[in-house]
Amino acid sequence: MSVAEKTPAPPERKRLNDGATRPHGPIVPSANVQGSALLAVIAIMSFLACLTLGGVSMVRATAASWQSQISREITIQIKPDDNFDMEKALNDARNLASSFVGVTGATIMDKQATSRLLEPWLGASLDIDELPVPRLVIVTIDESAPPDFAALRDALSKKIPQASLDDHRTWVNRLVSMARTTVAIGTGVLVLVFSAMVLTVIFATRGALSGNRHIVEVLHFVGAEASFVANEFQKHFLIISLKGSGAGSALAALFFMLASWWQSRSLATPASDQATALFGTFSVGWLGYVGIALTMILIAGLTTLTARLTVMRTIYEIDQIRSDPARSDGLNT
Amino acid sequence: MIHFENVGLRYGLGPEILRDITFDIPASSFQFLTGPSGAGKTTLLKLLFLSLKPTRGLIRMFDRDIASIPREDLPMLRRRIGIVFQDFQLLDHLTTYENVSLPLRVRGKEEHTYRSDVIELLKWVGLGQRINVLPPVLSGGEKQRAAIARALMDRPEILLADEPTGNVDPPMARRLLGLFRELNRQGTAVLIATHDFALMDQVDARRMILSEGRLEIFS
Repeated sequence: MSVAEKTPAPPERKRLNDGATRPHGPIVPSANVQGSALLAVIAIMSFLACLTLGGVSMVRATAASWQSQISREITIQIKPDDNFDMEKALNDARNLASSFVGVTGATIMDKQATSRLLEPWLGASLDIDELPVPRLVIVTIDESAPPDFAALRDALSKKIPQASLDDHRTWVNRLVSMARTTVAIGTGVLVLVFSAMVLTVIFATRGALSGNRHIVEVLHFVGAEASFVANEFQKHFLIISLKGSGAGSALAALFFMLASWWQSRSLATPASDQATALFGTFSVGWLGYVGIALTMILIAGLTTLTARLTVMRTIYEIDQIRSDPARSDGLNT
Repeated sequence: MIHFENVGLRYGLGPEILRDITFDIPASSFQFLTGPSGAGKTTLLKLLFLSLKPTRGLIRMFDRDIASIPREDLPMLRRRIGIVFQDFQLLDHLTTYENVSLPLRVRGKEEHTYRSDVIELLKWVGLGQRINVLPPVLSGGEKQRAAIARALMDRPEILLADEPTGNVDPPMARRLLGLFRELNRQGTAVLIATHDFALMDQVDARRMILSEGRLEIFS
């Protein structure tokens, strides 16, 4: 009997109902060592990036609040003089200041408050009437439409020669420049962390893909188009990156929520006050959480794009070997 | 269907692996490609499978000069060629069924349109009971048959097989050869690269013998 006679006839292409199979498994294996490592790297990097982003937005908010607080007030200082009615001068200064557009209020700092102000230097038992102590009028202004400081200064010096106006410009300028420096440093750190994250994610994705190169080759040789192969890997890496960046971003958001909760629970304690003085309030606001969500989307997009480009390049390399046999090292002949 | 004319190939600045290769593979033909190890059989198969370009000469496949085919068209051309790799190239995380159906899956076909055909083909190659098994569990012969089934899945116009009986015992080799013969009767051209003379003696087919990069053909 010939070989051909022993062989069963080829199948008629009729439909069968038998032979249960599992649902199609993913072409790119869902779990492997490289995938787990990539997931961990993405989670860590997104956690760090979100932490930095939240930190910078916190510093920015704190700096803005310092600046706003100090520029919301100006001070009229009246020096004592012989034969001078200080109380009248204080009232005149307050009334004059209140008459200017852009001034929202003016308050005379009373004797007790002035004593408390000088207490660190002159002690608690200070009788303010015995000393020639300057007195202050605190003027609150509309930040968005401040009064004409030069005109106010002129009017004051004409009416009360002992009065001088301190618009805190020096302090405001210093704080503005400090705040800008702090925010610039924070932004620099943010850029560095994001750059490190981008590079880490790219290299980790490429590393994870190198372990799957044989899958790219097999798909390529069974006639898959480059876009099909790229889509399969893209889907796989999108899932990994969403899991990783979701976990990292959620942890960062949780950190800020817990820190904010701790701060609100421990108001006026030394630890909380110290933390507030150093970092401001831990609340990052809704914009901060939007930033965290955007970071997550950025990382997921970046990983997916890297996967796509790497697969396309792998296919291109396979085709390059085709065009340039010298590159096919180690091939059997 | 396939025409080689004065084809030569060298890797880099090395010696020519293939020299002045000229032959035709007509549609529905059956031939063996043989020769000692290192003679260039795998390289010639790579040329036939469009995974290498010759350094000189003319290759026409399916009425197209392969030197002028753009990259984007290669997948469509490869779909007309089935290949059985010497090392099977099965994906270990996919079942036999999934591996065999891969060529149809990558073409974007819905599973319900080919499921019964795949199962039928698996039965035909004797793997009806192994459809849900992963390749690491399959024997060498079973892997070989799975690789053959995958190559046949989309009814290629030509089947290239690199040492398809290299990992199986003689009875299995005869059975595989029977599969190729049946396929050839259905109209598919077959080229089997082998150095198993016992296998070649079983079929009265054209022999293409490669030796030191040159090809001789014995009808």
